[in-house]
Amino acid sequence: MEEVFTLVVATLAATLRVATPLVLCAMGGLFSEKSGIIDVGLEGKMLMAAFFAAATAAVTDSAWMGVGAAIIAAEALALLHGFACITHRGNQVVSGIALNILAMGLTVVLGTAWFARGGQTPPLSAGERLNPIFFPVAGDNVIVYAALLSVPVTWWLIERTRFGLRLRAVGEMPLAVDAAGISVPWLRYRAVLLCGLFAGLAGAYLSIAQNAGFSRDMTAGQGFIALAAIIFGRWRPFPAFGACLAFGLLDAIAIRLQGVKLPGIGEVPVQLIQAMPYLLTLFLLAGFIGRTVAPKAAGVPYEKEH
Amino acid sequence: MQELTSDAAIELRGIDKSFGSVQAVRGVSLRIERGSITGIVGENGAGKSTLMSILYGLYRADAGEIRVEGRPVEMTSPRDAIGRGIGMVHQHFMLVDSFTVLENLILGAEGGPLLAGGLAAARAELARLAQDYGLAVDPDARVSDLSVGEQQRVEILKVLFRGARILILDEPSAVLTPQETNRLLQILRVLRDRGVTVVLITHKLREILSVTDRVIVMRRGEVVAERATSKTSAEELAELMVGRKVRFSFDKAPARTGEPRLVARGLSLVDDRLVRVLDDISFEVRAGEIVGIAGVSGNGQSELLQVLAGIRRPTGGALEVCGRKVDAAHPADPAEMRELGVAHVPEDRLRQGLVPAFLASETSILGYQDREPFCHNYLLDGPAVGKYCAELMDRFDVRPRTPGLLSSSFSGGNQQKLILAREMARHPRLLLVGQPTRGVDIGAIEFIRRELIASRDAGCAVLVVSVELEEILSLADRILVMSGGRIVGEVAAADADERTLGLMMTGARAA
Ligand SMILES: Nc1ncnc2c1ncn2[C@@H]1O[C@H](COP(=O)(O)OP(=O)(O)OP(=O)(O)O)[C@@H](O)[C@H]1O
Ligand SMILES: [Mg+2]
Repeated sequence: MEEVFTLVVATLAATLRVATPLVLCAMGGLFSEKSGIIDVGLEGKMLMAAFFAAATAAVTDSAWMGVGAAIIAAEALALLHGFACITHRGNQVVSGIALNILAMGLTVVLGTAWFARGGQTPPLSAGERLNPIFFPVAGDNVIVYAALLSVPVTWWLIERTRFGLRLRAVGEMPLAVDAAGISVPWLRYRAVLLCGLFAGLAGAYLSIAQNAGFSRDMTAGQGFIALAAIIFGRWRPFPAFGACLAFGLLDAIAIRLQGVKLPGIGEVPVQLIQAMPYLLTLFLLAGFIGRTVAPKAAGVPYEKEH
Repeated sequence: MQELTSDAAIELRGIDKSFGSVQAVRGVSLRIERGSITGIVGENGAGKSTLMSILYGLYRADAGEIRVEGRPVEMTSPRDAIGRGIGMVHQHFMLVDSFTVLENLILGAEGGPLLAGGLAAARAELARLAQDYGLAVDPDARVSDLSVGEQQRVEILKVLFRGARILILDEPSAVLTPQETNRLLQILRVLRDRGVTVVLITHKLREILSVTDRVIVMRRGEVVAERATSKTSAEELAELMVGRKVRFSFDKAPARTGEPRLVARGLSLVDDRLVRVLDDISFEVRAGEIVGIAGVSGNGQSELLQVLAGIRRPTGGALEVCGRKVDAAHPADPAEMRELGVAHVPEDRLRQGLVPAFLASETSILGYQDREPFCHNYLLDGPAVGKYCAELMDRFDVRPRTPGLLSSSFSGGNQQKLILAREMARHPRLLLVGQPTRGVDIGAIEFIRRELIASRDAGCAVLVVSVELEEILSLADRILVMSGGRIVGEVAAADADERTLGLMMTGARAA
């Protein structure tokens, strides 16, 4: 009995650990998408943030400096995305993909140039990382709590504040927002910057909390999984959070199943297990998207006549 | 001091505005009295909407001065206009569909960073406005669930909620049913009596004559006349607008009907939400006659047109179109329908009639782009298309006559003329027309109706769907009345009048 209990608790803790960057990215992405700016560049922002967090922490011996650097790095990419999509009304998907490619290349190039470890940053000591607060085995560092808190905060901002009302409006009908005398670009910039903030935290979590350093492509598609969670959650914070937990749980189970022989099936191939979250994403995206729930103006640049 | 002596709510002096080479507004000066209803009429493209957009800060004038309540103002954005007490109800609604009425109301005037207080205050204010002006709407209803008339009421409420003293309405009745229009006019009268200044742009002279105090007539960007409503008439206004006499009725020769071109037998359509939008519809349209379909909008007319044009396939019953049988098992797509000689002028010109980002010349061949002389060996012949478009524009008086202009840059009425020109110019065997003169000026209405009758006399079978009874009565040889997805009656045009048709449309609905 006790064994089952520990197993369940351990799996839940693992779920939360794995889900943390997903939750942060999903909440950040929600702000962006709600404002009508599609963000496929979550992945790149997170990667860049992870790299700068680890690099800065290694150089300055301070985890908090790392977090700050992560946020600045992600915000820089967010501003670039905003400049391309809001100011210059470029294609949002193209800009996002470009940022992903940029992050993928830049992190490796800078990493190799600065640390000469094949793209990795030097391993971080405990003092240079964010450590668990209450339960050492659970890995409950400050960013995990931030992620848990981010969900109600996002919900509250979107549903209960003036900013949220305008944000929802600008993603549905920017013309109405403009006609009401509100600046469409400034609203969207704020949304994109919020997205950068969350993605920055997610990146810092990956490299200086969950792991002890940066390794190339360490985000491994989690930015895209977060996007899938937003869609599966129908652009609402709590359901999106639920979707992130589901992905996290799947991952946690997959880790547990590795090397385990299941009765009747035998050993489950590692590759299949690792592919599970991605397969689930694919299934969800293909089958479960409601047609009318996405913000109507998402992806459409706003052109003001003059 | 000036404010005290001036009675003008709005004064414009020497306003100019050009879009590229098109001068939309030239040297307009006008005064609008406080607490009055002023009508602005004019042909399509006369510059009415542009002028009002300048007043509302959406466009910037190239030259000229704007005074609001005596003070000169610089209008750079709608925010300036709202700050001066000007509100506008646009031709296309500026509402967020997924929001409730209350949320739409407070957008931009939330009264603080948190919503709760603003929403509560707005709810109280809405109740007050509803009582004062007789504008009742459910504050918690989602806008997408409201009828067009109710959505418009929300737009007016939005303007009043912001404390506007000056209300501009751009063709507010274009999308309304006659009943809704009457209510709107009633609301405008109440607003005026409470001291609100109203500016009403419309093509319907009946509305002008029934509610306005003064009328301003625009033509080709200029103000050409101003009249007290009590001292003018529909005939005079029409003549001032168009610059020549307009005939309101025409003599039609009796129809000489030929073989049936369109036969519908028990046609039905069940939509995605399993609602039966068309129910057991049977009728025929013969060569050489115009059949009109009357009905309150939303009773299946739009769907019927779509089925007949091949855009949607019927779920039951059968059609025979120019000799070809079409049913659920043997559907015909719009291209096949076109091959059979069917032409379709859709109700919703912006979404189904043209591509806003295409040039006028491209719009003029849309659907026929793979035919000679526009296309040889899979390649479009630009000059030939441009030349063809210029001919159409000449024949149908589309302004400006510039085939190289974007379709979206034409005024609504001119877009409509271009689409009609495209569909009618190919001498179709069966012509389907939805709302032929929606948003079109009276000069063009006369022209379009005459062209439709000419097509009929040339042996074309014509089916006209319109919510304007007057239009159906003046065009059709036979009238079918639709209600609740069924045909509830048929009358010969000679025996019909607005009252009996109105009764059939609504009486059947009550049953
Ligand atoms: N954004 C634009 N770009 C280029 N030309 C424009 C633009 N908007 C309007 N025009 C042109 O300016 C002129 C005036 O247009 P406007 O929309 O003001 O006419 P209108 O009087 O409102 O006509 P309607 O009764 O058909 O609505 C037209 O010739 C139109 O083609
Ligand atoms: Mg107009």
